[in-house]
Amino acid sequence: MSVSDLHFKEIDSKNTVNSDNFNPAVNHTFSKGASKNQTFEFVLTEIDRALVIATQEGLPVSERPYQIIGEEVGISEDEVICRLEKMLEHGVIRRIAVIPNHYRIGFKANGMTVWNVKDDDIKRLGRQIGELPYVSHCYQRPRHEPYWSYNLFAMVHGTERAQVEERAEKLKAILGDSCLGNEILYSSKILKKTGMRLKAKS
Amino acid sequence: MNAITRENMSELDKKLINLLQDGFPLTPRPFETVAQELLQGGLEVTEAEVMQRIQALLDDGILSRFGPMYQAERMGGGLTLAAMKVTEEDYDRVTQQVNKFPQVAHNYRREHELNMWFVLATESPEEIEDCIDDMELATGYHVFNMPKEEEFYVGLRFAL
Repeated sequence: MSVSDLHFKEIDSKNTVNSDNFNPAVNHTFSKGASKNQTFEFVLTEIDRALVIATQEGLPVSERPYQIIGEEVGISEDEVICRLEKMLEHGVIRRIAVIPNHYRIGFKANGMTVWNVKDDDIKRLGRQIGELPYVSHCYQRPRHEPYWSYNLFAMVHGTERAQVEERAEKLKAILGDSCLGNEILYSSKILKKTGMRLKAKS
Repeated sequence: MNAITRENMSELDKKLINLLQDGFPLTPRPFETVAQELLQGGLEVTEAEVMQRIQALLDDGILSRFGPMYQAERMGGGLTLAAMKVTEEDYDRVTQQVNKFPQVAHNYRREHELNMWFVLATESPEEIEDCIDDMELATGYHVFNMPKEEEFYVGLRFAL
């Protein structure tokens, strides 16, 4: 099976496919994820699926990690690299990287700042908040009235809570009168951190 | 041996963490590529040393993961953030029950009335609802489902 048999399904018909998207990038050495505006669903082939299962818990720390993975899946080292590149391009893989435990490297304050933003203003303000360098994730999510009235989530990390609070004040200033309420939810314990897991098919 | 901290961490470890948070090379000998990259930045290091340090950082728990970060929703799956309000008496039990679901990608305790927050990643969007139903049945607690309606930014990096 060759890499060219990967299928794509267009989700957003307003976005046309640029044929360049189908070619694996070979002009960079370090893996980079796809742009966040990509809206195509990538349908995994059986080989891709086996590759996901073989790598989802991590890569082996060995001179030829992709060769080892290839042996496990039954494909060549080249094909492993090529398929991973494809998945990166299409955002199936956000990135191939190390993930530090942020508590252990000194970022002790992890604040999920949540905001009740007027519906009419949320798209514009969400984009503005997302551009701040200290905001690592920014999403609009549904309210659950009367229990939960916050619709904008912005994750802010800091070495101390005071730093998170200082940054939250800046967010508040940007949101201005469009903000009807806010809170900071600090994490006090990582209960689980494994990432996504596909089940192996029997 | 004392645990590695931000304060006592070597320059090499810091540089490795900073560099490899952005991406790991897709080359036949990626650790060699990393060593060359660091050499260009003026840090002399071998492929074997890079491998040894990454393994040590993983063993020590400074790094929680190393490899491809998959996005369930981009392969046709479902993804959501969910929260629960759990009493202190039940907290350990519910943690175990929730974490047992392979669909739970991560789970954090947070200081709030809603004190358990976790991400569900499933192979199909429909599986999210089923998973939440099963969880409510297993734990006896309501699960608040908060799927993203719009993503404004994702790009978590920690500079050392």
